[in-house]
Amino acid sequence: MIRAIRSARTQCEERGVIQRECAAIRAQFRQVDNGGARSHNLAKLLYVHMLGYPAHFGQMECVRMIASPRYSEKRVGYLGAMMLLDEKQDASLLITNSIKNDLAHSNQYVQSLALCTLACMGSAEMCRDLAPEIDRLLRASNSYIKKKAALCAVHIVRKVHDLGELFAPAARSLLAEKNHGQLILTFSVCYNVFVPCVSQTVPDLVQIMKGLVISGYSPEHDVAGISDPFLQVRILRLLRILGRHNETASDAMNDLLAQVATNTDSTKTVGNAVLYETVLTVLDIKSESGLRVLAVNILGRFLLNNDRNIRYIAMTSLQRIVGTDHNAVQRHRGTIVDCLKDQDASVKRRALELSLALVSASNIRTMMKELLLFLSSCPPELRAQAASGIFHAAERYAPSQRWHIDTILHVLTTAGGDVRDETVPNLIQLITNTSELHCYTVHKLYRALLTDISQPSLVQVACWCIGEYGDLLLKGECQETEPSQVTEDDALDALETVLQSHMSSPATRGFALTATMKLSTRITENVDRIRSIVSIYGSCMDVELQQRAVEYNALFRKYDHMRAAVLERMPVIEKNSSGHTNGETAGDAVKEIQPAAVKQTGPLLPQQPANQVHPPTVPVYEKDGVSLTLICEKTSDSGMTVTLTASNSTDSDISVFTLQAAVPKSVQLHMKAPSGDFLPARGAAKVTQMVALNNPNKVNLKMRIRISYNTSQGSAYQDTVQIDSFPGL
Amino acid sequence: MMRFLLLFSRQGKLRLQKWFTPISEREKKKIIRDMTSMVLARQPRSCNFLHWKDLKIIYKRYASLYFCLAVDNQENELLALEVIHRYVELLDKYFGNVCELDIIFNFEKAYFILDEFLIGGEIQETSKQVVNRCIESSDMLQETMEEYMSKPAF
Repeated sequence: MIRAIRSARTQCEERGVIQRECAAIRAQFRQVDNGGARSHNLAKLLYVHMLGYPAHFGQMECVRMIASPRYSEKRVGYLGAMMLLDEKQDASLLITNSIKNDLAHSNQYVQSLALCTLACMGSAEMCRDLAPEIDRLLRASNSYIKKKAALCAVHIVRKVHDLGELFAPAARSLLAEKNHGQLILTFSVCYNVFVPCVSQTVPDLVQIMKGLVISGYSPEHDVAGISDPFLQVRILRLLRILGRHNETASDAMNDLLAQVATNTDSTKTVGNAVLYETVLTVLDIKSESGLRVLAVNILGRFLLNNDRNIRYIAMTSLQRIVGTDHNAVQRHRGTIVDCLKDQDASVKRRALELSLALVSASNIRTMMKELLLFLSSCPPELRAQAASGIFHAAERYAPSQRWHIDTILHVLTTAGGDVRDETVPNLIQLITNTSELHCYTVHKLYRALLTDISQPSLVQVACWCIGEYGDLLLKGECQETEPSQVTEDDALDALETVLQSHMSSPATRGFALTATMKLSTRITENVDRIRSIVSIYGSCMDVELQQRAVEYNALFRKYDHMRAAVLERMPVIEKNSSGHTNGETAGDAVKEIQPAAVKQTGPLLPQQPANQVHPPTVPVYEKDGVSLTLICEKTSDSGMTVTLTASNSTDSDISVFTLQAAVPKSVQLHMKAPSGDFLPARGAAKVTQMVALNNPNKVNLKMRIRISYNTSQGSAYQDTVQIDSFPGL
Repeated sequence: MMRFLLLFSRQGKLRLQKWFTPISEREKKKIIRDMTSMVLARQPRSCNFLHWKDLKIIYKRYASLYFCLAVDNQENELLALEVIHRYVELLDKYFGNVCELDIIFNFEKAYFILDEFLIGGEIQETSKQVVNRCIESSDMLQETMEEYMSKPAF
């Protein structure tokens, strides 16, 4: 059948063949008994399954075949069980009984089949049911079965942890075995499961290991000159676990580890495997310093090896100890940096991680050169990691501000698309902090902008700088770079290109627009050009841009006297201050200009839905029949809404009723329009006014309200009241 | 502990799959797809070790077959390479100069050999002779049972 399937030339043909075969198989399954063909059919089905076609109708057949007395059918049945059934299928429960029977079978191969299947796909319930059987088999005299039973026990304990104690006594007896095959089993069992009860046996383990290393040639277990490397590695691993936090155990192992490390032949992979395990063990336990030096030297030798695999694992191990044995690893820095240039992606990744970990104040310049070189040629999946690593390193060890800025600019030009979003505000904050380099920075950024506007982060930072320090740019001279004459038109051209380019994202365009606006105060001649640019964007499709443009237009038209103040140089930004990144503050300034007293600009926090609990109404003013009450509602962390309600209980109407409010310096106030200004007599109607307050610095909130109104006789009346405590806060 | 072992050809056709942990069918298919695409995309002389999710993938190419083994993060990768090599040696001894076709047409035998070498994700027997002897005995048992069953009862 396999030949038929393979000879099918197209996918369609193949499917046809398979469907026919499956139909035949299904028909044959339904027949009660048809001799030896059953195993064939199931085998066919398994092949079909491997090709990826559905084969679940074979599950019941598997169960039936496992229960059959014929060995061949059992074999294929168990194989089918392992492939088609898994823990989650209900049919797996049906085979539990069969497995139980087979475990008690006289023939060891049948028993082994059952054990193998149980170890491979036994679910927790099956394990619990069959654990006593496995225990019995562990004590059996047949070494073949003991092996398998031990591994089955490992699987069981992995699935159901509390059964560990059940197997503990049997496991201890296994330690006394001399047979290699047994030993390897024992150790697998031990280190997986029973670590506490084995700790006294460290000297024995050492003895066994010594025997392996020194002993003569054993053809059965030999691999390329190393006797039984699998067992050696297992023993080493067990020693590692035992010695991890245990001084006495580590002492006992020291000699042995030194011996293994020096005697093992490292020309072939096997030898290297054993050496590798030894090194890992030495580094993990509390070994003496000479031994550690030996281990690091071995790793250094690995690094120089031509085989890529060896270099890869050497770097992986060095990564683990770079925190503790930093100096030792530094010695190999040159080799590691060379590995950055290797063509293999895995090796490059490891080299990158290790290089980033090795950067320190003394070698920052050389390392950075190498890292930047790597960045320009590295595969795309490593770029983001490399860029952020470089930023971190630069931040921690930058020898000078200028070098820092240069490095960041370099990274942005080579890998700008892959840097993370917070680099832009970080960079801006860094630039504002280094005031002496503003001129230099803005010149460099301008030149970078002229050459390439495809990197979004770079363009954003460049726009921002041109906007802020445009006057320095236009001055022309600068001590740190060559002078170049930049006219106002050039600067505006650059910004306009950014605005119009299809490669700019909306955020970038926002930056450019704000920068253009800021330039209006820094330059003298082309203000009209700026006005026209800004007004064009007043009808832009993008809402964000349109809003900005409209606001800026308003700034030109109505608040021209404030323009200079609003658009002046930004103060030095502290790190982690919220809401003060990018040039948004300039735009928001327009919104906050109100007739009421406003002391500071800043974005209003978004309003959260008000609490449903009704806050209390507090009377704050009562005089001459005019009363004012206040309801306070918290809308966000530092914002709240105060509703003032005025009513008139006199016999005459009151007109032109207005309220004015003043708050402390750091609090922001926004008065909404009142519902009216006429208070009819005898409280027939009320006037309400909402006031939105924002108290980001959480100062003690006080409010002074001035009430002014005209009585029906025509006399004007004014009064002031101070509110010191706000209920519901 | 080993998680799974896959054998696939250079065209990405699966020849053998052995899973040591319970995984749903869909997950298995997805893993097979991921593995084949990752391993087949590797350069010819690159490192044999890959990182995938939280497992290490060790792969080796023998003629037209890729042997792909996934192990836990703490395992020794070089030893895993040796495990793969040992399995290939066992197959070679059994089939006599094994090639891909042998594995295609006798896949159940390949599975049986694997079951004698690895159980539950661990190495079972380190001696080649012992494993071979076991396989031969099992085969002998199967044949004698077949003969016994097919002979008419007296």
